[in-house]
Amino acid sequence: MISFEMPESIRKTAVLMETIADNMMRPVARYFDEHEHEIPWDYINFMHEAMKQMGVGSITPKEGKKKRKGPRLGFQRQAFMLEMLSWGDSGLFLCTPGGGLGSATVLAAGTPEQKERFLSCHTGDKPTFDAMALTEPHAGSAMPAEVRTTAVRDGDEWVLNGEKIFVTAGHKALVDSDGFVVIWATIDPAAGRAGVRPFVVEAGTPGCTVTKLEHKLGIRASDTVSIVLQDCRVPFENLMGSPEVKKKKTKGFKGAMATFDATRPLIAAMAVGVARAALESVKQMLEEHEIGIRYGLPRSRLTNIEREIIDMETMLRSTWLLTIKAMWLADERKPNTIEASMCKVRAGDLVVKVTQRAVEIMGPLGYSREYLLEKWFRDAKINDLYEGTGQINRLIVARRILDYSRHELS
Amino acid sequence: MYSFEPDEEQRMLIEAVERYATNDLRTAAHDADEAGELPVELIEKGWGLGVLQASIPEAYGGFGDRSAVTGVLAAEAMGWGDLASALAVMLPATYAMPVLLGGTEEQKTRWLPPVIEAEWKPYVAAFIEPSFDFYAGDMRTTAKKNGDVYLLNGEKAYVPFAETAEAFLIYAVVDGQTQAFIVPAGAEGLTIGEREKLMGIGALPTYQVKMDDLLVPLESKLGGEQGFDFSPVLASTQVAIAALAVGVSKAALDYALPYAKEREVWGVPIAQKQAIAFMLAEMATEVEAIRLLVWEAAWMLDVGKEASKEAYMALNGASDMAMTVTDQAVQVLGGHGYIREHPVELWMRNGRGISTFAGLAMV
Repeated sequence: MISFEMPESIRKTAVLMETIADNMMRPVARYFDEHEHEIPWDYINFMHEAMKQMGVGSITPKEGKKKRKGPRLGFQRQAFMLEMLSWGDSGLFLCTPGGGLGSATVLAAGTPEQKERFLSCHTGDKPTFDAMALTEPHAGSAMPAEVRTTAVRDGDEWVLNGEKIFVTAGHKALVDSDGFVVIWATIDPAAGRAGVRPFVVEAGTPGCTVTKLEHKLGIRASDTVSIVLQDCRVPFENLMGSPEVKKKKTKGFKGAMATFDATRPLIAAMAVGVARAALESVKQMLEEHEIGIRYGLPRSRLTNIEREIIDMETMLRSTWLLTIKAMWLADERKPNTIEASMCKVRAGDLVVKVTQRAVEIMGPLGYSREYLLEKWFRDAKINDLYEGTGQINRLIVARRILDYSRHELS
Repeated sequence: MYSFEPDEEQRMLIEAVERYATNDLRTAAHDADEAGELPVELIEKGWGLGVLQASIPEAYGGFGDRSAVTGVLAAEAMGWGDLASALAVMLPATYAMPVLLGGTEEQKTRWLPPVIEAEWKPYVAAFIEPSFDFYAGDMRTTAKKNGDVYLLNGEKAYVPFAETAEAFLIYAVVDGQTQAFIVPAGAEGLTIGEREKLMGIGALPTYQVKMDDLLVPLESKLGGEQGFDFSPVLASTQVAIAALAVGVSKAALDYALPYAKEREVWGVPIAQKQAIAFMLAEMATEVEAIRLLVWEAAWMLDVGKEASKEAYMALNGASDMAMTVTDQAVQVLGGHGYIREHPVELWMRNGRGISTFAGLAMV
């Protein structure tokens, strides 16, 4: 039965997130944009306490131990939360303590014991962070096939060596808190991507060093770092997936890749949040000048501004619905690779286009740092880059609909 | 709860319509377009699927309740087969659905059974007008009360099967409100013009219609004295056309995709080139996204929410999708796409019309 009824529990969550966005994020958004790398502890501590009181260690959905009543909603709820918090401020949102991309990988690829062990760090007294490190200096989109970071077994330990770049929240996970980073490394360089596995490296592990803090176009409240692994030893059980590389069988790898089917729609949700912020802001500024949008008119009777706004709203809504569908499939435990990449493609296009137009439409006001429009324009672009660029996601969609392997279409 | 799965009954209906679209509409579309004519048996077979009949309650000759969601699912499947034929098969809905939504009890009892209980007959609507800035909320056709009759004056265009129509539902403005009137064929003051020549939907015969002091009795005004609420009717036609557009676009994608896997350039299929593969990925993404927009607007109509803005935006998105996706399909086929042996040029011609077609179908 097709339905677009927003579940009541998700509605309540969204209202709560909106309050946080309004009160804890918007008022300080500009400050943290202009003070790059200053840590927004007020927001972090508030979120940590709030999540503790709600009885969750993170906003990442967990497999419930209790018997479920009704359908699973975890991923859908998360999409709504991320959309709303990114509407507040996407840079600050990326500073939210608790489960991040590291947890997402553990949830997708870890055993029940690993989930218990690694995710428990987020339920302590102090806020903690996690991160995921995949990209290396020589390759981004070609990952994880071209991972050069190695993991060599030595008794009951793995020894990691290599360099990771563009690790979101890596500094918070390893330096500012007792969190962890998921490092993607190869256990058999000759095996190509079949040999690649995610490893958990906890804060304080000798041999794991944050070496560089990037300066970015946008999302400046969030840290992006390089990590060097030099004879970094982690327990054998920190490997997720199989320690064996079977010829022709890449199950360990594919299991881990499922991470992206969950995280791509979340990036799409964040992108939609930024786009909505920009669009609403433009509409509000226009309203202050007594310019309303006359929905319902044919294009031949609309002003250019009206047409732009209506087209952007159309794109925003359809992209959001696609994102919800991708998350609904995830909650239903159905394959969602196509939808996950589709919504990521469209959300990347959406947020870039909407924020560009928003600055253009508002002219000298849009370009001014007095308002947040120019900031959203800068924040927006990352959504078309991380968790797979728009192009790599187009490639994934194309391979799926054409039934091509990566050898046939690259 | 969100759900994106049609129920069992809807699935069965979609499958039946898809079979018809594949076996009948698709095979007939090319010749019908060239000849400018649809075989009557083709239309009757589509009517026999009972899509409209299933959305009219038993009291008025049907066997079910109206569901706009079911309607858009069927419309997409039919539009995938052929737009002109789909508009012909669905034509009586443009007459019956406003009656169901806005008619008085007496009008429904009187006007619906002859449409629903019979074989397919051209019961039609006169909605669109021949002006570049035509807007359903501001029509130029007027109806003025004069004693115990209304006097209709104005011009309509894109009226399908007007020449052979059983009866018309004519939209006109009464005191600033868009209202509608039931007018029998052959009424005095009603002139059927020449058949129109259009860029697409060539198999569907359409006409201009003139009203010159056309006398309509009071009881033929839809909704009686106080009239009817036009906005859910407008929303219904917007989602119907948008759903047909999703079907047309999906057809173009489904045709371009295997073509791209077969057609080779420098020894490899063009689908293995990113320039083509990315285009196909974008087409698929667009269709998927706009389909959800259409579903949501239809769902809002079904649960009784105000859906004017959503239906408008669904058609807004669908118009752009139809144009972009059908154009890209022609592009994938290259020069071959421009040749009428392949259907993509027809879909491109039809796709351009979506932004104009509100009024030609209803769910």
